Amino acid sequence: MGLNLDFSVVLERWPLFWDGAVMTLKLAALAIVFGAIIGTFCAVGRNSGNRLIARACTLYVEAIRNTPLLVQIFLVYFGLASIGFKFSAFSVAATALAINVGAYTAEIMRAGFESIPTGQIEAAEGLALSRFQIYWHVILLPATEKVYPALTSQFVLLMLASSVTSQISAEELTAVANYIQSDTYRAFETYILVAIAYVVLSLVLRAGFWALGFALFPRRRRLGTAL
Amino acid sequence: MTKDSPVVSLKEVHKSFGALKVLDGVDFSVGRGDVLVLIGRSGSGKSTALRCIDRFETIDSGEIHVCGHRVDAPDIDLRALRQDVGIVFQSYNLFPHLTIEQNITLAPVSVKRMAKAEARERAAAVLAQVGLAEKLDAYPEQLSGGQQQRAAIARSLAMQPKVMLFDEVTSALDPELTGEVLKVIEALAADGMTMVMVTHEMGFARGIADKVVFMHAGKVHETGTASILAAPATPELAQFVGTGF
Amino acid sequence: MGGSLNANHLLFLGHGALWTIGLSTIALIGGGLLGFLIALARVSPSRAIRLLSGGYVQLIQGTPLLVIMFLGYFGLSALGFSISALMAASASLTIYVGAYFGEIWRGCIQSVPKPQWEAAEGLGLSRTQRMIKVILPQAMRIATPPTVGFMVQIIKNTSLASVVGFVELARAGQIINNSLFEPFLIYAIIAVIYFALCFPISALSRRLERRMGNGRTKLMPA
Repeated sequence: MGLNLDFSVVLERWPLFWDGAVMTLKLAALAIVFGAIIGTFCAVGRNSGNRLIARACTLYVEAIRNTPLLVQIFLVYFGLASIGFKFSAFSVAATALAINVGAYTAEIMRAGFESIPTGQIEAAEGLALSRFQIYWHVILLPATEKVYPALTSQFVLLMLASSVTSQISAEELTAVANYIQSDTYRAFETYILVAIAYVVLSLVLRAGFWALGFALFPRRRRLGTAL
Repeated sequence: MTKDSPVVSLKEVHKSFGALKVLDGVDFSVGRGDVLVLIGRSGSGKSTALRCIDRFETIDSGEIHVCGHRVDAPDIDLRALRQDVGIVFQSYNLFPHLTIEQNITLAPVSVKRMAKAEARERAAAVLAQVGLAEKLDAYPEQLSGGQQQRAAIARSLAMQPKVMLFDEVTSALDPELTGEVLKVIEALAADGMTMVMVTHEMGFARGIADKVVFMHAGKVHETGTASILAAPATPELAQFVGTGF
Repeated sequence: MGGSLNANHLLFLGHGALWTIGLSTIALIGGGLLGFLIALARVSPSRAIRLLSGGYVQLIQGTPLLVIMFLGYFGLSALGFSISALMAASASLTIYVGAYFGEIWRGCIQSVPKPQWEAAEGLGLSRTQRMIKVILPQAMRIATPPTVGFMVQIIKNTSLASVVGFVELARAGQIINNSLFEPFLIYAIIAVIYFALCFPISALSRRLERRMGNGRTKLMPA
């Protein structure tokens, strides 16, 4: 059996890979920002006294966590189209990914909220802080700090999972690879390079989150505690 | 609220947790500038009574008046009540992610809309009052338990409450650290702060209390000046004072 | 087929769902075996083995499953194997699931309290005996909830086998849609079937977790 690999024709097309990688990062960044917002609100909603809101949030989280991302992407893509909206593949991909990661974020943030001792909340209530102020000043930051490693792992997974959006032709890294392999007939070489690119991207993302952690949690910076 | 009406008063307060009656018709009141000490065994209802004053517990029946607020009313403005009442807990409950200064300025800035600079000045002042002026920029975990508890007292004082509640504030501390906290409370009493406290420190209670309330089985079993600790009228108090617990 | 959604279509979907279950089972067994070896390798006394297995996990966990699918499909044929979509999907999922199980179970093995390791050593048990008789039984108990939880990921991830043309549930849906063009309806049905497969396992995993005494109390203001 003869395996002869030739990377040269594939490597020639490195600008395409670069564009794809940038697109993947953009897609991931958008999805993470909006997903974090959706997820945080949803975690708050599940804790709220309002039964209806809590139920709706739980339904959303369970529906997303128990269905494949691929199917979710198709549903958003065709769902928006069928009610007459025409969006670019990129916007649809970003929307679907944000909805997806929002559910996982909600679950992780809820665990973070539950890790805040009752005494912290009572102390804040005793100081006459409003509910919103308590969430904002006393719960959100320490809870995020506590679940930060889980949260960032989830975000890295999301970046990797964004490759699935190639199936609706969002022009990110995997879609670029699909194009290049059909152009060069060097499929194995192409996907090896793309795999390496993803490994590098996930390392970059991890490093970025590590640095962001120090900016977000000044106490860690001051006391030198590891994240 | 007239000049002489009590700052805190409980009338016929009843409360149950399920089948368990924790407060069974509790009455007491605290006048302006007075120090009331609640004592009793664990489970006697003293901590619950204290928490009812700041509405951390709701009551089943009875009346609670605090600084002109009707605490048992269902539509009470909780945040207005809690601006008038400072509470300090057994487990300090400083916010771990904030510096001591940020812990103290948080409520004045966000609740009273105080200017940041003014809040910082006040933080420095209350910290000096509890002897921690140099810990402004420290994080809670960098302080000893006694220092954390003093910082928690300072945090309450920064809101300029009309009455302070202390819920077993030295129980979580090593014995050698309780003194520094008690000294701060003594100084507050000397300044004329109205206070209600639950404590196990009998010696301290004897020295500071204008009024002692001994609770037993959810009732005020015996009450009077600090002298009742030296000469109890009921066998239960005698036994309690004798054993210390 | 053609026309509107009829019983034949549903039968076809059912067939696809069965293959989703079949592929999940293959991935669970294959990935489970590989993952077990990796977990052991990750706590091996040999530094080289630890590094090698750690590198494997890092590499796989840094690559999207979709790309691994393509690699499995095109790679095996580049190596001269003529392979079916089922083989490519099974191999890819095994490689992928193995890395995740390896990492999950390493955590479980290492979370067996230190005194247990020391006590076993103090009794003069060999390393293998220690593992089999003392550590693994305890680690297995700890590992049950996250393992069951990951089974949900496996089921969902088999949907990516559709990209190499394997006809499981998601691919069956695409095929039907190509003739009916009612995407929203069809993918909604597909989603409901996946949910029906996954939700009971999610619920079981949560129940197991709670029973493990991971019972957190509710701490939020009312």
